[in-house]
Amino acid sequence: MKKHKIRGIIILVVLLVTLYYFLPLIVPNLPGFWTEKRLNLGLDLQGGTQLQLEVDFSEVQLSESEREEAVRSALEIIRNRIDQFGVAEPSIQRSGSNRITVQLPGLDDPERAKDLIGRTAMLEFKLVASSENIEETYNALNEYLKDNHERYDFLDEFTEEIDEDEMIDILADEEEMEDFSVNDRIFTALTTAEGRTGLVEYRHLDKFRRLLEDEEFQKQIPAGLQILLGKENREDPYAAREVYVLRDRAELTGQYLDSAAVRIGEGYDPRTSGKPYVALNFSREGARIFANVTGQNIQRRLAIVLDDVVYVAPTIQDRIPGGEAQITGEFTMQETQDLVIVLRAGNLPAPVNIMEERTVGPTLGSDSIRAGIMAALIGMCIVVLFMLIYYKLSGLIANIALLVNICFIIAVLTMLEGTLTMPGIAGMILTIGMAVDANVIIFERIRENLKVGKTVRTAVDGGFSRALVTILDANITTLITAIVLYQFGTGPIRGFAVTLSIGIIGSMFAALILGKAIFDTFITNIRRERLSI
Amino acid sequence: MMRFFDNTKIDFVGKRKFSFILSIVVILAGVISLIINGGPNYGIDFTGGLSLELDLTPVSETTERLTVADIRDALEENEIYGTEIQALRGVDQRNLFLINTQEAEGIGDKILDTIRMSFPEHIDPEYFMRRMDEVGPRIGEELRGKAILAIFWALLGIVIYIWWRFEFSFGIAAVIALFHDILITVGIFSLMGKEVSLAVVAALLMIVGYSLNDTIVIFDRIREDLKLHRKDSYSNVINFSINETLSRTVITSMTTFVVVLSLYIFGGTVINDFAFALLIGVIVGTYSSIFVASPLLVEHFQKRQKKLGTKSKRK
Repeated sequence: MKKHKIRGIIILVVLLVTLYYFLPLIVPNLPGFWTEKRLNLGLDLQGGTQLQLEVDFSEVQLSESEREEAVRSALEIIRNRIDQFGVAEPSIQRSGSNRITVQLPGLDDPERAKDLIGRTAMLEFKLVASSENIEETYNALNEYLKDNHERYDFLDEFTEEIDEDEMIDILADEEEMEDFSVNDRIFTALTTAEGRTGLVEYRHLDKFRRLLEDEEFQKQIPAGLQILLGKENREDPYAAREVYVLRDRAELTGQYLDSAAVRIGEGYDPRTSGKPYVALNFSREGARIFANVTGQNIQRRLAIVLDDVVYVAPTIQDRIPGGEAQITGEFTMQETQDLVIVLRAGNLPAPVNIMEERTVGPTLGSDSIRAGIMAALIGMCIVVLFMLIYYKLSGLIANIALLVNICFIIAVLTMLEGTLTMPGIAGMILTIGMAVDANVIIFERIRENLKVGKTVRTAVDGGFSRALVTILDANITTLITAIVLYQFGTGPIRGFAVTLSIGIIGSMFAALILGKAIFDTFITNIRRERLSI
Repeated sequence: MMRFFDNTKIDFVGKRKFSFILSIVVILAGVISLIINGGPNYGIDFTGGLSLELDLTPVSETTERLTVADIRDALEENEIYGTEIQALRGVDQRNLFLINTQEAEGIGDKILDTIRMSFPEHIDPEYFMRRMDEVGPRIGEELRGKAILAIFWALLGIVIYIWWRFEFSFGIAAVIALFHDILITVGIFSLMGKEVSLAVVAALLMIVGYSLNDTIVIFDRIREDLKLHRKDSYSNVINFSINETLSRTVITSMTTFVVVLSLYIFGGTVINDFAFALLIGVIVGTYSSIFVASPLLVEHFQKRQKKLGTKSKRK
């Protein structure tokens, strides 16, 4: 009996976990925490572009560590570029020693992506505008947007900024109504987050970019200045972003930079000792310009800009002659290293080539989903009907096991935050056909036992225990192939291997543990002399 | 109760000469086709090149539908040669075309531009691009190596597992049956002029998994029956095991075949070749478990028995 209790608990846990992750798919509007993990659709189903890039070392002689640097710089540059592209949830991953895989969901214009990735990186040093200039810029832009808000309907939520407290004020003082109908600080409102101006909330980023791209709007920015966004926070991509007002003239570019390295502060000063900083080395020409710029702008901030994204904007502490500069601050080791990668990106030693490109348009993706669901439903109906007719009530148990198994595959994929691809759907469909195999093996054994005159109880127990060995052997060998498939495969094929593996494990659970439990309850509660099989 | 194959006593093993000859003939046909064509007809996944699927359904109802010839003419006018153009059976009466070429890199943009210029009446800019795969030649070469390695590792893993669970001879018999399945499937693909893509290789591995699953169930019964019937001859015992498991073999093959058929018919263009390979695989895999793997065991045991002479108690 104790054994049955443990089995009961296992079944309960598996079923509950399955239900927990499966429910969000069929019940809408569940609380947020519940839907946090979701099943992603692969590029082949939702449409999008995948690029396989390679940092090409065939033309250049580089040491092992220089190559590593080059690949990391390339990654950083590409991340940065893709970020500007404004694709939702891109994935940029390193694959192998010098390969980079870029996935851009929902993008069916690969030309644009290739264009962006293929450009040479541009590293610039620009001065942050003085506070008077920044104020002047904000005033000009606020003024312009107030008068031209009809042009930018995507900013409507800022145009009439009335919250509840103000509503009451308005009602109390009706004369002020007219003044309130158009907010006179639209730009300030757009670029205020966490109680500070100069930050854009993540959800407003698209609107902000659209605004910046508008030519009329561009003209309103005072001459000699430009507005750029700060870099994405790697730990929290949804964090608010800095907005910088810079002088548009670059004081220096990456070509004047000889080297950049991470150093650890020495000495006894507690502000620098033991902390990582970035050491820069300029060329002779660069050193001269840098000394001038720093000398004239002490206490101003100098922004380091890669491809029009501001990485950091340290304050100039002193005139720096001799071409050796340091960027210090409260940086973590990781941040310092990232910065060095950016600084070196200005002159990437090896070119990045596109090795492979796969694009799926939105119609093919949705066609595939529809076709996959259709094929799965039809296949499943036939199998379920067959099992019912051939094995009667026992067939019903097999069908329950089959349904649990399918929910189980989807739930586990969701739990692992996996990606559902077309081959993945094929794997699931195949599982439908093969999952009943475990039940067929068991049922055939039970039938044989019944035929030689065993009682229902011993026939069922004997059938299960003998079938167990067969099922394990058969499924483990299939699992071996699935694992090899995973090792060898790329993207979609891996999806197939994963669903198949989960399906194999699920079908063993469903047939051997869940199925046996149902049989046992059937037989223990009612003394049976005949079995519907 | 409803039962297929109740108490069958088919002499599978006795007729093994026929099944061996049949298998050899089918394999030879495939191999000859492979030799003539200089290996499998690798798709662009393995050779490098471009594969483009376009929706060129006329935008207005009065415009005529395009044919393969129209597209070929347009491409050749712009000096793009060596493309393979195919009309796909579309969903909802859409006019879909597949353009494949193994030509130089960067040709994709040229083809797209040509089509955009030549058939503005047939292009809905939002929908016309369905799929574009451009694979560099080096990636293709790597993938080919990886595919062969994958099949090798899968087979090795299986031999070792079966060796451990059964006997070495069982493992060898199973792997010969798997080679048989792969050769026949690749052979049929070659005979039909179908391309071997990455998805087809995945299907091959899947066939390996499926066929093996089938073989193991029979082997498992053979192992059990060999212990139960110590006095009976090998061929009788193995025949008996095959007949005993025949019902399950047929049912599982049927359910699997049905779902794969459903995948083949309804699953859409992307998965078509994959499903087709599986269809062949399910049939061949089932056949090989009964007619190749098990009779091979009989051959092996009988040879061993001869070597051992009269020491064996079996007839």
